[in-house]
Amino acid sequence: MSTTAQDQTVSHEHHGAPSGLKRWLFTTNHKDIGSLYLLFSLLMFLTGGAMAMVIRAELFQPGMQLVDPHFFNQMTTVHGLVMVFGAVMPAFTGLANWMIPMMIGAPDMALPRMNNWSFWILPFAFAILLASLFMEGGGPAFGWTFYAPLSTTYSNDNTALFVFAVHIMGVSSIMGAINVIVTIVNMRAPGMTWMKLPLFVWTWLITAFLLIAVMPVLAGAVTMVLTDKYFGTSFFDAAGGGDPVMFQHIFWFFGHPEVYIMILPAFGIISTIVPTFSRKKLFGYASMVYATSSIALLSFVVWAHHMFTTGMPLAGELFFMYATMLISVPTGVKVFNWVATMWRGSISFEIPMMFAIAFIVLFTLGGFSGLMLAITPADFQYHDTYFVVAHFHYVLVTGAVFSIMAAAYYWLPKWTGNMFNETLAQWHFWLSLVSVNVLFFPMHFVGLAGMPRRIPDYALQFADFNAIISVGGFAFGLSQLLFVAVVFKCVAGGKPAEDKVWDGAEGLEWQVASPAPYHTFSTPPKVD
Amino acid sequence: MDKSYQPYYVPEQSPWPIVGAVAMFFIAVGAGLTVMQLGKDASSGAWTLFAGIVILIGMVVGWFRHVIDESMSGLYSAQMDRSFRQGMGWFIFSEVMFFAAFFGALFYVRMFAVPWLGGSSNNAMTNEVLWPQFEALWPLLTTPDGTATQAMPWQGLPLINTIILLTSSVTLHFAHTAIEQNERLKLKVFLGATILLGFVFLGLQVEEYIHAYTELGLKLDSGIYGNTFFMLTGFHGMHVTLGALMLLVVWLRILKGHLDSNQHFAFQAAAWYWHFVDVVWLCLFVFVYVI
Repeated sequence: MSTTAQDQTVSHEHHGAPSGLKRWLFTTNHKDIGSLYLLFSLLMFLTGGAMAMVIRAELFQPGMQLVDPHFFNQMTTVHGLVMVFGAVMPAFTGLANWMIPMMIGAPDMALPRMNNWSFWILPFAFAILLASLFMEGGGPAFGWTFYAPLSTTYSNDNTALFVFAVHIMGVSSIMGAINVIVTIVNMRAPGMTWMKLPLFVWTWLITAFLLIAVMPVLAGAVTMVLTDKYFGTSFFDAAGGGDPVMFQHIFWFFGHPEVYIMILPAFGIISTIVPTFSRKKLFGYASMVYATSSIALLSFVVWAHHMFTTGMPLAGELFFMYATMLISVPTGVKVFNWVATMWRGSISFEIPMMFAIAFIVLFTLGGFSGLMLAITPADFQYHDTYFVVAHFHYVLVTGAVFSIMAAAYYWLPKWTGNMFNETLAQWHFWLSLVSVNVLFFPMHFVGLAGMPRRIPDYALQFADFNAIISVGGFAFGLSQLLFVAVVFKCVAGGKPAEDKVWDGAEGLEWQVASPAPYHTFSTPPKVD
Repeated sequence: MDKSYQPYYVPEQSPWPIVGAVAMFFIAVGAGLTVMQLGKDASSGAWTLFAGIVILIGMVVGWFRHVIDESMSGLYSAQMDRSFRQGMGWFIFSEVMFFAAFFGALFYVRMFAVPWLGGSSNNAMTNEVLWPQFEALWPLLTTPDGTATQAMPWQGLPLINTIILLTSSVTLHFAHTAIEQNERLKLKVFLGATILLGFVFLGLQVEEYIHAYTELGLKLDSGIYGNTFFMLTGFHGMHVTLGALMLLVVWLRILKGHLDSNQHFAFQAAAWYWHFVDVVWLCLFVFVYVI
């Protein structure tokens, strides 16, 4: 793909970045907002990580050591909420903000002011959520899935703050997603036809559609929880004609597409990085697009595989089992395509590629345990055990989080104009890779043996594995401080990066200077 | 490079979004505290909520005034106009999904939850052990724990309201053709009529609620029938209010001479929204009242 982008020479009424705090508060610039999202996400990643450390410290030994059970419940709940809504989703939105306009040759996001609004709601929403931890009665303690009646009959009085915090997070996500879709549909440079779009853009287009489709359903779910708890309705109370299981149906109708919201952009990142370092075109571009779309569509009809043990009618159990297993087909297409891209490629192992390869292997592992969980009769054994915890941490940590790390390393030189410290990054990668497996792999074993999740104590036979898991957890947590160090050192300085940082890289973002100028593509490039 | 390309307008820095974020913060904290303070002797929540709403209104006025000035001074290109249109379309889709959550709850309750409590399918023991006297009927007038209420008939006010809202969609369509053909007087009359019908609808809705609460004993907390009835019609009513306010602002702009046959995104967005609340009402009328 070649272009005639001579953006830097085009003069226009815009100037460089304004200075001071106002730059960040009032900004309409997609790069500023992208940086804000990424920084916020890093902060939340560390916050949620600190909570995970509390959980692992308590579980280091059997018996109750450090925290009381109610606080433990708050930690598991808020860890989940912070990581899902505060770390992973904003990180992907930050990457979308930074990269999508540059990748499609647009001057900015389509609705720049709304973009700023989407971001700035988030710090406020999380301030509310985290502040409730310090209030009388404590924060939410019903699990991030807030199942009724835990969140209605048995929750503390501060639940209303949780509900409205989730509401405004939802507003933020919906506005962010609308911005992404409109940008991609309306702002592509001439010649950037649909089947030339970089895969990161494609996957984000589909992700944004999922977000707009399901975030409002989450809003509906929290609203019903609110009225059940405070206004005497009985949506989730059989005594009034409702049904607690209905909560799970509504929640997971949101929740399952939500987990694909957290993995589709990761697919896009991996599909960008693997060809670069294999120095080959992506194998099966079109099939990647169709696979992503089918995964997204299927995500709407598999939600009840989270609910096999609720006593659904047999037809429901069977339908959701087969529909779920069907998802492994397009997902398999993706994995094979990545492997085929590397096949006979001229591979070099820079840090982004290391994370990408780790992603392919470990995400696939998480996919396999997902397949095991999809089998209804087997799920009766695995349900609500650490096997489930192992499964979703493999897809979310070694999946989503590793892809975000890969993306950060891949584009940091473009963002900052500096190369990062390779040695530190190597340390970060290897320590993370080893510790993450020490952390999550034994969870499969204790889970299969029946250790229940979300309980602050466990039977003695799980003690050894839990000690190992906790050690892995602390090591993984500490390793991430290296990542913070690499990022801040890279922002502060380093070997100047070339415009085309990686020699096999393709795409419009490599045709602008490093660091990327404050405004790029004010006049669209021609793509042919 | 295409010589005719008009640069996409990327606005300068703007204070309004952060004001909006602060407003959302106050609204979320205020609404949360208000709910938590229900029945207690405290009003800090209500004041916080009120402050949030005031800031939000200030934000909307300031932001929209700015956008209208930009639009009137010709900064917007056709591409910009498409961004706005697509943005509005997706916003309406998100609203559709919000209602889908509540319609989903209604359908689930009517098709599964209530019949199962009554012992259908393989749930004979559910009924026998929990509430053996419970009979599964819809509308659910007596809940399993014995709360009784009366159903809202669809004849009368709901039917009149349906006719009013459908009529308002027709008058809005006439206004739409009028703006496209630059018939300003016709536009003002039909748009004004639409807004009037909208407020009449809301007035009758209030009347219906009073009737439900005082005469039928049908309340928000009278079991799943009352829950779904008030949540669906209530959220619909809020959306009608918002739609009517949008149309009102557009009408005032038209009186000031804004919006012409070529450029009338504001009109179109409000009109789309109005047709959307109309369609939601039709679904409501069928599934909440009639069937």
